[in-house]
Amino acid sequence: MSSNKKNDLVNVPHQILEEAQKAGIEAQEEKRAGTFFHVDQTTVHSKVNELFEGKLELMDVKDALQKYSWLKDYMWKLVDKNKDEFTKKVAEDYSGGYFMRILPGAELTFPLQSCLMITQKNLEQRVHNIIIAEEGSKAHIITSCLQHSNVPSAAHLGISEIYVKKGAVLNFTMIHQWSENTLVRPRSAVEIGDGATFVSNYVCMRPVRDVQMYPAAYCRGVNSRVSFNSILYGHKDSQLDIGSKAVLSGKGSKAEMVSRAIAREGSKMIIRGMIEGDSSDCKGHLECRGLLMDDKSFMQSIPELIAKKKGVEITHEAAVGKISEKEITYLMTRKLSRDQAVSLIIRGFMDVGILGLPDALNVEIKSIVDASTQAD
Amino acid sequence: MINMDILEVRDLSVNVEDKLILKNITFSLKEGVSHILFGPNGSGKTTLISTLMGLPGYEVVSGKIFFMGEDITQKGVDERAKLGLVVSFQNPPEITGVRLGDLLKLCLGKASTDEFTEEEQKQIEAFKLTSFLNRETNVGFSGGERKRSEILQLIFLKPKLMLLDEPDSGVDVESLRLIASEIQHYVEATGSSALIITHKGDIMEHVKAGYGCILLQGQFHCFTEPMGIYEDIKKLGYEGCVACRMRTREGWQSEQ
Repeated sequence: MSSNKKNDLVNVPHQILEEAQKAGIEAQEEKRAGTFFHVDQTTVHSKVNELFEGKLELMDVKDALQKYSWLKDYMWKLVDKNKDEFTKKVAEDYSGGYFMRILPGAELTFPLQSCLMITQKNLEQRVHNIIIAEEGSKAHIITSCLQHSNVPSAAHLGISEIYVKKGAVLNFTMIHQWSENTLVRPRSAVEIGDGATFVSNYVCMRPVRDVQMYPAAYCRGVNSRVSFNSILYGHKDSQLDIGSKAVLSGKGSKAEMVSRAIAREGSKMIIRGMIEGDSSDCKGHLECRGLLMDDKSFMQSIPELIAKKKGVEITHEAAVGKISEKEITYLMTRKLSRDQAVSLIIRGFMDVGILGLPDALNVEIKSIVDASTQAD
Repeated sequence: MINMDILEVRDLSVNVEDKLILKNITFSLKEGVSHILFGPNGSGKTTLISTLMGLPGYEVVSGKIFFMGEDITQKGVDERAKLGLVVSFQNPPEITGVRLGDLLKLCLGKASTDEFTEEEQKQIEAFKLTSFLNRETNVGFSGGERKRSEILQLIFLKPKLMLLDEPDSGVDVESLRLIASEIQHYVEATGSSALIITHKGDIMEHVKAGYGCILLQGQFHCFTEPMGIYEDIKKLGYEGCVACRMRTREGWQSEQ
């Protein structure tokens, strides 16, 4: 893969682009700060919007490693190579991944988008992504991971290491649109510097065979912040084991985790969350709300709060159960049938408002959520 | 008054959690008239309107409910609502993620992508709810805000009979005037009816009620001159008021 390969998005096969659009990818590149496409084992497109030249760098990570000798120090720094069989496999061999670097002080007023897609049957896609938000930069990234609807089964192993440096603000939204036969093992970690903020939004609406992920955020900087928000819709026997971990070692650092999960049609969901307070002025809050729609499904919420210093303040709220009958009845007094009431509550429950997205992304994510919940 | 009955209840007995709360009550409500329902705490007022609406947990053990001549005793909540029978809740639930604006559109029979008409916008503004349209329904609403939102939803549903559970409790003077005059306006303009549970007489300053009713010891009594009933209750108490009125046979209905 060479870095001067500047395909236009129009050269990305039509069917692939169409699928990507359903997962939140904007085909009109002028509305994005940059666009990155990695299909199967090849980066097919990587381009910075000319309006943002000089503000960001976007290329395949393998090209970036050739260009920058310092980059190797960012590889496998936050994620342990020997963590499990999946990290070991990626360490052994991988096909690329994105390298995104928002330059110091740069503000990306348009979102930066990436799409990692599987179109080959039985492929095990292995990628390693690096994001560096340099000091004082601001950006929104939307990354869609999906499997083409023609592909029966596949696996995705993705390492992501994200660095949010002093004073930077990075909002990272990941949309998963896998299929009923995909095995998914992302391994992500983030380092957050002084006064920096990292917001992670995770949206998983389509059925998937098995996802297990537990991204970690290390709030090492003074007054660093992290938020993890998840909207999870488990259906058709999907197995989701989704969690996040925040380690608050920076003075005055804060973590917030909000999950909304729905399990139905034999779906099995475990929602984890861990906040560890390692400095005396840190604060954390964890919130998990889950709806179980039938007896075939399963939902478990596992919140963990760890305090290691005096003055640590970490709280949590969790509620797992069925939709409140009172709410259903209330809506039925407003002429809605029971089914309409339930579907309205579900769509409301999966409200993308919790994600704190820019308007440009809000509409798209909402339409993804609506499309999935209305289909049932 | 020679109004037709909009609602008729015959020998209705209701259990809540296996306990008999209403026993063999019979009464009717007139078309185009507001009825004020008084009664001591725990007399079964909320049970009565919840049963009329068909809410779960209120088990009809005997008797029948007719709405505009149709037996609705076995009908579901949404079916009753579609027939024109609606209820405002004393403590409406919070509906996370469902914007008040979208719920109001549903009440009007609109899709969430439809816009409000100018007329509707004016009404929302009159209820001081314009800034609440994007808020989640009832989430973080004050007592008065909830009541205003309840009554506006009801009016948008264009009902034939409104069952209002203490629309005046916990609201400030201004909101009370607003709510009460909007109810009166709707009843007057559409020839519909209302049954209003209250503990106070203030609401009658704006709602021109035709009847004052008292639910006492599981029995329903209705009399003309609701303001007089309220004064009597204040003077004689609920029992004294009923006893006195029964003696003078003033009521058009006072079944035992």
